[in-house]
Amino acid sequence: MSASESAPILEVENLSVSLSGRRVLDQVSFSVGTGEFTGLIGTNGAGKTTLLRAVLGMQVHDSGVIHLLGRPRSKRNHLIGYVPQKINLDPDMPMRARDLVGLGLDGHRLGVPLRTRSRNAAVEASLAAVGAESFGDARVGQLSGGEQQRILIAHAIISRPRLLLLDEPLANLDLHSGQEIVGLLAAIATEQKVAVLLSAHEINPLLPVMDRVVYLANGRAASGTTEEVIKTEVLSALYGHHVDVISVHGRILVVAGHEGLDHLTMSHDEVPG
Amino acid sequence: MANAWTVATMVAVIAGVVGFFVVLRAAAFPAHAIPNGAFAGAAAANVLGLNPLAGLTACALLAAVGIGTLGRRGRHDVATALALVMMLAAGAVFLGLSQEYEPAIYSLLFGEVLGVSSNELLPVAGLALLCLGAVAALYRPLLLSSVADQLGEARGVQPYQLDVAFLVILALATAMTVPVVGALLIFSLMIGPPAAARAFTGRPPVAILLSVAIALVTVWSAIALSYLSNWPTGFFVGVTSAVSYATGRAWTRWSRPGARCSSMG
Ligand SMILES: Nc1ncnc2c1ncn2[C@@H]1O[C@H](COP(=O)(O)OP(=O)(O)OP(=O)(O)O)[C@@H](O)[C@H]1O
Ligand SMILES: [Mg+2]
Repeated sequence: MSASESAPILEVENLSVSLSGRRVLDQVSFSVGTGEFTGLIGTNGAGKTTLLRAVLGMQVHDSGVIHLLGRPRSKRNHLIGYVPQKINLDPDMPMRARDLVGLGLDGHRLGVPLRTRSRNAAVEASLAAVGAESFGDARVGQLSGGEQQRILIAHAIISRPRLLLLDEPLANLDLHSGQEIVGLLAAIATEQKVAVLLSAHEINPLLPVMDRVVYLANGRAASGTTEEVIKTEVLSALYGHHVDVISVHGRILVVAGHEGLDHLTMSHDEVPG
Repeated sequence: MANAWTVATMVAVIAGVVGFFVVLRAAAFPAHAIPNGAFAGAAAANVLGLNPLAGLTACALLAAVGIGTLGRRGRHDVATALALVMMLAAGAVFLGLSQEYEPAIYSLLFGEVLGVSSNELLPVAGLALLCLGAVAALYRPLLLSSVADQLGEARGVQPYQLDVAFLVILALATAMTVPVVGALLIFSLMIGPPAAARAFTGRPPVAILLSVAIALVTVWSAIALSYLSNWPTGFFVGVTSAVSYATGRAWTRWSRPGARCSSMG
């Protein structure tokens, strides 16, 4: 038991993935420790979704190994919860939020679900964990983007995974809802001892909660603590040209060096005057 | 007449259950194309002197597997259209080969529930049980992957295989429902009742039961009206189904201002 406690929940070594003959991920290595909050940062097309799908076994890789709790990833993995990047839900779909959460428990099983007391209790607990009790009975397609995000998180955590993968959960949320979701995930990570690997194109909303960062650019990755990775030298090496990392009022801006300060590659925040 | 009621009841149950997933998975086009094209199989069987229903079943299964294999989940439209065109073309050839316009073919196209004989009941019941069993077994994966393929995939459900399995269920349902309302109108029984049902409830099991109930009312009233008026059953099925769908839409319109709304965005 103590051996698996200390083993990283996820270890990715020299992972390479090609899509339509193009190397999207090239020798990517990093690990995620038990209960850690890791940000997977990269611009559009950097390969964040591809990487998460590879970890889930939904994407074949050319080479490299993926270990979960020290063992090779098996086909069906109940250690992992997953919130995909974008889902279009039909508002008329006859499915309540709580029905979708329940399917997180047994949606892969054959047969018709039995409404047992323990299943209901698990659904209630998951809805409570994401603060979604008040809209559990609403049709999931009629919820707002932020509400749907909470329901998808509840769906992902109900089976008690050890690793939670979230693909750009903040993409369609305003600043306030984004902060709420990040706070919620940080609380879930601590309370349920689940490691969180969350992809985003913007690093700043994650700074308060992030233990480690995996930074993707040009198919390669740099990983470590925020201080280790978000540095001019590291990111310049990764991008293959000079970038400046500027810290302003606790926010980080990554700026392409050659084009000057007006070309922001990472952050769309305005520099506070 | 007792045969007509029995077979119509079985058909309504299957159409209501399978139709729920057809609407949920946005598979209305395959649900239209498979019965419409499958008459080619019946026509071929007729030319070869075989049982038309067996020919129709084989053709429907072939179309289902073809559509599922050629198309990608959620993007079957091109594969479905191609399958439909090919089947219609083959059907035209076989109809041409059989000298006269066979009444057997006519009843497969337009339905002839009042003429169902006792020895036709058994195969229909067998297909019905097969369909229900398959839907019950795949109930949860079908629901989950209808919300989003990635959610099922992340839990080990292969979306591609599940989709082919669902199309096969659809083909079996087609084969057994066609004798009642005909290939041209079965579509209305598989789409109208489930689409109406989802206006009234947000719970999947309740929506399925309601869909079955609406389908039952549809076929029973269609048989009664057809018996009284001597008009084809299919006509009344089509009309009742459309009316139930319109009622569902009206209910949604009417009830939604009071219901929970998403962020007005
Ligand atoms: N099926 C595919 N075939 C070919 N190329 C693909 C395929 N899917 C993705 N790609 C390419 O792989 C690269 C990485 O895609 P991916 O979706 O992983 O990026 P991402 O970091 O998730 O981007 P975003 O922030 O926009 O979601 C992109 O350049 C994309 O064009
Ligand atoms: Mg992505």
